[in-house]
Amino acid sequence: MTNSPARIAIASGKGGTGKTTLATNLAAYIAEQEEVVLVDLDVEEPNSGLFFKGDLIHEESNFKMIPQWDEPKCTFCGLCQKVCNFHAVLQLGPTILVFPELCHSCYACSELCPTDALPMISKRTGKLSDFRINNLHFVESRLDVGEEQAVPTISKTKQYSNENYAHLRIEIYDCPPGTSCPVIEATKNADFVILITEPTPFGLHDLTLAIETMRTLKKPMGVVVNRYGIGNDAVIDYCQKENITILAKIPNSRRIAELYSSGKLIYQEIPEVKELLSNILDYCLKASKGDIE
Amino acid sequence: MKIAFTAKGTVWDSMMDPRFGRTMFIVLYDDESRTLTSFDNGVVENEAHGAGTATAQKIFELSPDVLITGNGPGSHAVQALKQMNMRIFAEAHDMTIKQAFEKYKKGELKEI
Repeated sequence: MTNSPARIAIASGKGGTGKTTLATNLAAYIAEQEEVVLVDLDVEEPNSGLFFKGDLIHEESNFKMIPQWDEPKCTFCGLCQKVCNFHAVLQLGPTILVFPELCHSCYACSELCPTDALPMISKRTGKLSDFRINNLHFVESRLDVGEEQAVPTISKTKQYSNENYAHLRIEIYDCPPGTSCPVIEATKNADFVILITEPTPFGLHDLTLAIETMRTLKKPMGVVVNRYGIGNDAVIDYCQKENITILAKIPNSRRIAELYSSGKLIYQEIPEVKELLSNILDYCLKASKGDIE
Repeated sequence: MKIAFTAKGTVWDSMMDPRFGRTMFIVLYDDESRTLTSFDNGVVENEAHGAGTATAQKIFELSPDVLITGNGPGSHAVQALKQMNMRIFAEAHDMTIKQAFEKYKKGELKEI
């Protein structure tokens, strides 16, 4: 097959609504039939890996480029500080200070320095790991403690998966929560976005933000309501009013919470969830091929 | 001697701003001329990142001998501020500039 995989991104807006639950269960469910790759793009706190015990087949460091001050070459003209939009380079008297965590690797200071006193060097920001569990490939990156920027690592992790697993039919992204840069980076190449929420006022509030974000990105999307039965009907009403498909309602259940908290996959124990996964998958694959709408 | 305060206003009775990087004003007291001057730090509102180092840069330009602030600067700002020959005192929040100054004189503020 020469086509690239159908990329299904699982995002949420609000945190703690079930992204990882859905991503791990969906990926494992697919892996019962075919090879699939699950990519944990929540690089600030990846946790999909808690649900799989596999063989580590590859590991590599992630890097970013930062400027390094070459003192003897510096004329203290102050241009580097002036052009840095992120205040990652400061000129304090006869010293240039570089703050690697604040640097966005834009190269402006380095390229514009008239005396080449700020050459770019690479700095480790974390590591990428690739595991194999039978049919399931699991790729994750985690930032080192203190690193602030998720976006370059997310981009690099997707690139790794694309380079190594382009032959597969389906790629699943477990995305970070929120609606800021890391989520945009994690979803921008997706063919379909599943937004998972809980039926509460807080869930609805963040869902509306996530839907607006995905509309701006022009992404086909559907909503999964998790812990259905708590809260109220406002999420359901909202989706109907906005004409957004509800892909599934996962019931609120103590048993599901117990399975999740002990690191187990839910669908293997609860047939109803397996049925829901099957429906979700069918819809996502059709929609990502453009067969719906 | 010059003393800088992070503050929400520009007079002695203004409240201290507990934030360092995103302080609304930097108020400077010169104990020789006994004058209070202030610098609007409102531009940092537009900064998504690096407010701490941006404000540290401003403090560097004002070159006070003492900095009095609330929560205390973050690690990046401290790294920059340590380049200056300046003493830094924190935990001066929920009080006016005047009260913070009194506490400083009595040695009741925590030095960083």
